[in-house]
Amino acid sequence: MLEIRALSKSFGGVKATDNVTLDFADGSLTAVIGPNGAGKSTFFNLITGALKPDSGQILLNGVDLAGRSPPEIVRYGIGRAFQVASIFPSLTVQETMLAAVGADQRRAGVMHRRFPLAETRDRAEHAMELLGLASKRNRTAATLSHGDQKLLDIALALVLDPKVLLLDEPTAGMGTEERWRMIDKVRELWEKQKITVVFIEHDMDIVFKIAPEIVVLCYGRILATGKPDAVRRNEAVIEAYLGTEHHAEAAI
Amino acid sequence: MTELQAEQASKVLDNSITKSKPRPNRDALIALAVFVVLAVLPMLTSSKFLLDFVIRCAAYGLFATSLNLLVGYTGLTSFGHGMFFGLGAYGFGLMMQKTGVAVPVAFVATLAITFVVALVIGAICVRLKEIYFAFVTLAFQMLIHSTILSWVSLTGGDQGLRGGIPRPPFLGIDLSNHLHLYIVSCALLVIGLFLMHQIAQSPFGYTLRMIRDNATRASFIGIDVWRAKLTIFVLAALFASTGGIIMALFVSGAYPEFAYWTISGEGIFINMLGGVTTFLGPMVGTALFLILNDTVTRVTEYHGIVLGIVILFFAIGLRKGLMDFVIEWYVQRRERSGGRAS
Repeated sequence: MLEIRALSKSFGGVKATDNVTLDFADGSLTAVIGPNGAGKSTFFNLITGALKPDSGQILLNGVDLAGRSPPEIVRYGIGRAFQVASIFPSLTVQETMLAAVGADQRRAGVMHRRFPLAETRDRAEHAMELLGLASKRNRTAATLSHGDQKLLDIALALVLDPKVLLLDEPTAGMGTEERWRMIDKVRELWEKQKITVVFIEHDMDIVFKIAPEIVVLCYGRILATGKPDAVRRNEAVIEAYLGTEHHAEAAI
Repeated sequence: MTELQAEQASKVLDNSITKSKPRPNRDALIALAVFVVLAVLPMLTSSKFLLDFVIRCAAYGLFATSLNLLVGYTGLTSFGHGMFFGLGAYGFGLMMQKTGVAVPVAFVATLAITFVVALVIGAICVRLKEIYFAFVTLAFQMLIHSTILSWVSLTGGDQGLRGGIPRPPFLGIDLSNHLHLYIVSCALLVIGLFLMHQIAQSPFGYTLRMIRDNATRASFIGIDVWRAKLTIFVLAALFASTGGIIMALFVSGAYPEFAYWTISGEGIFINMLGGVTTFLGPMVGTALFLILNDTVTRVTEYHGIVLGIVILFFAIGLRKGLMDFVIEWYVQRRERSGGRAS
């Protein structure tokens, strides 16, 4: 269970995250939506340790992770993928996976043995298959298509066996068809892996179709949380973000 | 338990990496073969010049290859790596002159001093990024250089360590004998390269590549980036220091130029000549650099201009080092012939 308690972060006078309290149940799939500048990415950066919160708690199964470093937080089981695919351009897909598993097994500093270590292979292989990257194992990451780079980014987070997976706009920069393929993949991973998944998404059709839970952020504050239908009908959400179009659709 | 964990145990693999398992000790055999070839060289030629050339290649090669661990593998462009070359030369020279301990003891003690100095300097520098890292390492280099210049009573100031470095025989090895010095230099070179290659090909070597490519991402898969950078900074310093020790033995002294920024510059120059994408690039660069230096200085006193033109040719013309160029050419050729065959 991931519990966020009164989390706040300001940049100068701007409150990017303002007293946010939220629970993410084990095995839940939640979409975080909100207009540009709502503090969605900051929220992810706080949870993963890229930014230190000014105040508040981030409890993962009761352990407070607020203010810890990214490597520490990863070890507690919070993995993340980035809005712009964050990969290792010169490594092949397979090397990336093997090295990531090695890091997870605390073998990133081993010098007396050769890369790759035999004990990292099974997990690396499984992650590649899960993400459909096995056939591209020998391609260097830089030569992959945009969509495959995003998948590799997710694979990098997933191969570490996280308890919670945070996906920052998994469909960013993709065409309509590719978006749906990606989001189907995300849903498939969530169903198969039975982990907690939180994702940021701009495409409302996608959000309302696949996310059982939705969190709406606006100016760093929680505007609404709940099931898609409830969020869609929420007056504050319609006013601040959705506009009347989705409301009308809901009415029909 | 996630499915990922559940399936780990049962999965049977068939992929290219499992098949191409590196043969154990292959590198050790290659290293041994290279050493044997180098060791029989004096039987084939009586040219002192050639043997001297190999000794200088050993000193500069260890230095340049260790710099490549920072520049090429980790993406840390150090402009002050030469300080450890100078530290090795002075540390060893002073130890032999002042304390008169046995050569192996002075060797180990010099490496221990280098370890401590590199740990302190590294702890400060590796927090910095790119140009800041480059300039702060340069600043430390100048600090060590000016310490050598101004501490005249210990270091001899701008005159360097004069009067020769005593080299008492140990275990039947007499380093004042040119042939013995040659063999020991070759042994240190081969062992050093072997160890550095092992580091480069180990899981830690891949950690360095990840940090070079994307340090932020590396930290988000659980890698302590600062610690990894510091580790390689210290290790590289130890190999550079070994190069300095060979140099001090070779010239039987140590001079402030060994710790001057130009040594670091030459290290970068060598890496650009040979190329940083292959492990042996800096070794090839070292040989090229020394040949260039030796021939050009004989022909003209304006050797700086000639070396400058050469580096421009490599940097702007080829846009890569010689070994990068050769490897690329070889791969292209193989792909072309492979394409024709199929």
